[in-house]
Amino acid sequence: MAEEHYLELSENPVQFEHASSVNNVFFDEANKQVFAVRSGGATGVVVKGPDDKSSVAFRMDDKGEVKCIKFSIGNKILAVQRTSKSVVFPDKRSLKLLKSQSINVNWYQYCPETAVILLSTTVQGNILQPFAFRNGTMSKMSKFEIELPVVPKPAKLSLSERDIAMATIYGQLYVMYLKHHSRTANSPSAEVVLYHLSREGSCKKSHVLKLNTTGKFALNIVDNLVVVHHQTRLCPEHPPAPVLLLHRPLVFPAGPAAVPSQPPVPCQLYSSSWSVFQPDIIISASEGYLWYLQVKLPPTVNLLQDKGKLMDFLLRRRECKMVILSVCSQSAYLTAGSLPVVATVFDKLNQVYKDYLEAEQSYTQAMESGPSRGSAAQKRPVRTQAVIDQSDMYTHVLSSFTERKGVSHKFIIAVLMEYIRSLNQFQITVQHYLYELVIKTLVQHNLFYMLHQFLQYHVLSDSKPLACLLLSLESTYPPAHQLSLDMLKVPNNRPETRCCSTRCLGRSSRETSDSGEAPPSTQVSTARSTWLTSSSCLGSRR
Amino acid sequence: MLMISPKMASGMQEKQYTPSLLSFFIYNPTFGPREGEEEKKILFYHPSDVEKNEKIRNVGLCEAIVQFTRTFCPTKPAKSLHTQKNRQFFFEPEENFWMVMVVRNPMIEKPNKDGKPPTVEYQEEEMLDTVYGAVVRQCYSMYKLFNGTFSRAMQAGGVELLMQKLEKFFYRYLQTLHLQSCDLLDVFGGISFFPLDKMTYLKIQSFVNRVEESLSLIKYTAFLYNDQLIWSGLEQDDMRILYKYLTTSLFPRHSEPELAGRDSPMRPEVAGNLLHYGRFLTGPTNLKDPEAKFRFPKIFVSAEDGYEELHLIVYKAMSAAACFMISASVELTREFCEQLDSLVGPQLTLLASDICEQFTINRRISGPEKEPQFKFIYFNHMNLAEKSTIHMRKTASVCLTSVHPDLMKILGDINCDFARVDEDEEIIVKAMTDYWVVGKKSDQRELYVILNQKNANLIEVNGTSPLFGIKQMYVILTKSTPSVPVISSSPYVDPCLFFSPFSFFFITLEEVKRLCATQFNNIFFLD
Repeated sequence: MAEEHYLELSENPVQFEHASSVNNVFFDEANKQVFAVRSGGATGVVVKGPDDKSSVAFRMDDKGEVKCIKFSIGNKILAVQRTSKSVVFPDKRSLKLLKSQSINVNWYQYCPETAVILLSTTVQGNILQPFAFRNGTMSKMSKFEIELPVVPKPAKLSLSERDIAMATIYGQLYVMYLKHHSRTANSPSAEVVLYHLSREGSCKKSHVLKLNTTGKFALNIVDNLVVVHHQTRLCPEHPPAPVLLLHRPLVFPAGPAAVPSQPPVPCQLYSSSWSVFQPDIIISASEGYLWYLQVKLPPTVNLLQDKGKLMDFLLRRRECKMVILSVCSQSAYLTAGSLPVVATVFDKLNQVYKDYLEAEQSYTQAMESGPSRGSAAQKRPVRTQAVIDQSDMYTHVLSSFTERKGVSHKFIIAVLMEYIRSLNQFQITVQHYLYELVIKTLVQHNLFYMLHQFLQYHVLSDSKPLACLLLSLESTYPPAHQLSLDMLKVPNNRPETRCCSTRCLGRSSRETSDSGEAPPSTQVSTARSTWLTSSSCLGSRR
Repeated sequence: MLMISPKMASGMQEKQYTPSLLSFFIYNPTFGPREGEEEKKILFYHPSDVEKNEKIRNVGLCEAIVQFTRTFCPTKPAKSLHTQKNRQFFFEPEENFWMVMVVRNPMIEKPNKDGKPPTVEYQEEEMLDTVYGAVVRQCYSMYKLFNGTFSRAMQAGGVELLMQKLEKFFYRYLQTLHLQSCDLLDVFGGISFFPLDKMTYLKIQSFVNRVEESLSLIKYTAFLYNDQLIWSGLEQDDMRILYKYLTTSLFPRHSEPELAGRDSPMRPEVAGNLLHYGRFLTGPTNLKDPEAKFRFPKIFVSAEDGYEELHLIVYKAMSAAACFMISASVELTREFCEQLDSLVGPQLTLLASDICEQFTINRRISGPEKEPQFKFIYFNHMNLAEKSTIHMRKTASVCLTSVHPDLMKILGDINCDFARVDEDEEIIVKAMTDYWVVGKKSDQRELYVILNQKNANLIEVNGTSPLFGIKQMYVILTKSTPSVPVISSSPYVDPCLFFSPFSFFFITLEEVKRLCATQFNNIFFLD
């Protein structure tokens, strides 16, 4: 049985004419376009972008072998390189030298997302010089050195272009260095070393991902995860067994987890024609496919036993909502000793939820106070999938959990209270339907005294809907009457809230609002008679 | 109209005697129906050294009175018998089992000249049936908490076992009855709740749930702080009597050595490098003692099918106490106690300091405690919440009140009056020495306020001169306090402490006027 894989190639790859003796294939990382150039362009150039709309087809004269071909942004200008020292722009344009730097360069890499170019300098090639392009200017950032596993003597180029990649992870630019193992140096296995390039220009070694293996590797960044591809032949009789290494060092400095993977695309995995591009692109030129690498979250939940760490991991993923909710329902399945785990999970979710609510609130305030002077208009906060609110929890986890057979009601109530505790801890207003769920569960198990105590300490905050619910319990639990009336008498509750019976509430609120001068006995009797008339609507709530 | 004669101290040599226990006995008339077998009826008799025939006579008298009064009302026979020298209280807790308590009336001994024996004046009206009736019922409830019902003992080992159990229990228990300090609070038998903010309360909930989850033997948990209840997993009636036991017997016994500084509970050798103050109040005093016994008191609480028997583990860290109840069918071992100690000790210590911190913050916000203009007792029948600013802290030996017993008597009288009718009402009493007593009943709540206002005059109500010095008295049921009022002369209470007024009622001059006009018979003039 095939083990579940947690990485996959995109379902609808970009297809192009595969590379052959008459068809050259090029890829432009900046525009993510694949160029299929037939017979030097004479029989057609087909450009396929990341989506269907950006496909372009044209012809050009065959003026020799094309070495490189690219469009400018917006497909306005085409640049073709046919010799090592000349670039042709089909549209006649003039070029102007803006700035020049004189450096001996072994090779370069360019990160289109951040517009940073990285130059390899010195003889060994391990001093990297980044330049940043911003608003039409080029600024030199401070250079940094990549630590080589062995320093060759005599000095020769030791840092290969293939072992360096640039990528943005959690909005920060990193230079990733694939440090191969070396028998001479004291490094038993390969590592990926991450250098953080800050906007201020400094560069620091920030993370080391130990791969615990050796061989050929390639790197991708998918959903802020560093994916290490590992190609190895275990046994000559067998077809190549691809191994993917998934590493989450930015979340946890823990060891790597190696899990064999079988992407479900009818193609040979890690064929020799595969090329890997940043951040998440894999191209098979011989087969004519461009795939995006994708993370499949559901299988990853088994990678981490620690549910708290698992939440940290999931909350940072793009398509996390349903996975998180399913982990929550599963956590509630466990019994002995799982309450602290449940609490940790709730706290982590509510932290994200709270951060979003706060951002939303400050945005609303900023909008209400009018356009701010000086500063640019605030952006509306984006609600990511990691924002799991009370209605998500209610719909997908809690309501079905309370119905679950074979779980002790003690545990059910404990879980509900833990969620309410967590919400309170983050000062999030608890929604009425959660209280209703607690009350329903308590009533189902005849735990009226427990309910009573919760109300006494205002764990279930006062509200009109709650007062209505309590009043409906009066026949089974008489003290609910007093609890309910107390709630209705609270001045704070007088503003209209959502309730089953607005007509009656409207009356009662008017009557109690001028009760400031009336003796309490009249208050009670008025409220009682009010509610007697509304018994029909209360009946429907039972 | 009820008249209370003021007691004037007329001579220095006068001696005042408070009510005291004369005898206490339990009998079952069906156990010795034939002549000559009367002694078999008697299951317990205090004092035990009373001559046999006198015991039989006293029991016979009670039996006769009960039988006789039954002819008037078969379902409600006499509850008490008033005589000049004493008062007898009858209570039938289980069918045919009768408990009788005989209390000597308070009296004043006046010395006479010329060597004549002193004149004794019995004050038979000073005692309230409701108060002492409640004391008898409490005796039974306490017995039942630790032993189960009488019939349970009968089933288990016949009359002999029951008599043994009664002897063992009541011999000690009766010594702890302090009849002279019984008052309205005994009638209520309420529970004092600890005021707490929602978040700390939820933390306690979380603690209780986690402990119950990891030590699955634990069936129920109760949580107290400063001798006040915060959480009860037991049902209300069971908690009421357990609370009584904890606060009047167990805690005072243990707090005294602590106050004296004799036994410092901090243990430096605790596992997990976590110092904690946790210790067992029941069961083993020292877990490290190889001779330690892991026996805990057993209690009986109501269950779906009758009663269930439980071990009572009371574990305390600083001012926080947790009661864990475990089915008595389980044998508790050293391992379990150690596990509980290491799990609960550090957490409870942490919680206790959290609560303490919260408590001091609240106190600081509310400002320095001023001498209140009034004292009050509050009781809510619905949740048994009680609060008294009249009573000092209870100790094992005495319960002190800060007001004159006469005032307490008035409170008791008002309470009796309230008990007679279902409607809400308000009673204002002018007591001697410038005291005013206001009783107010609203739905399930009762409030008694004692005010000392020299110039207040009910007759002189002309709309301008205030009755109590304060025009309105607000009783505010706060958010932070579960249904326990804070009385204030201002409707605006510091919002930091009291997040929002929960509910309030008040007494206005108009109200007094109205009462004067419509309910005059409820107002007593007492000088």
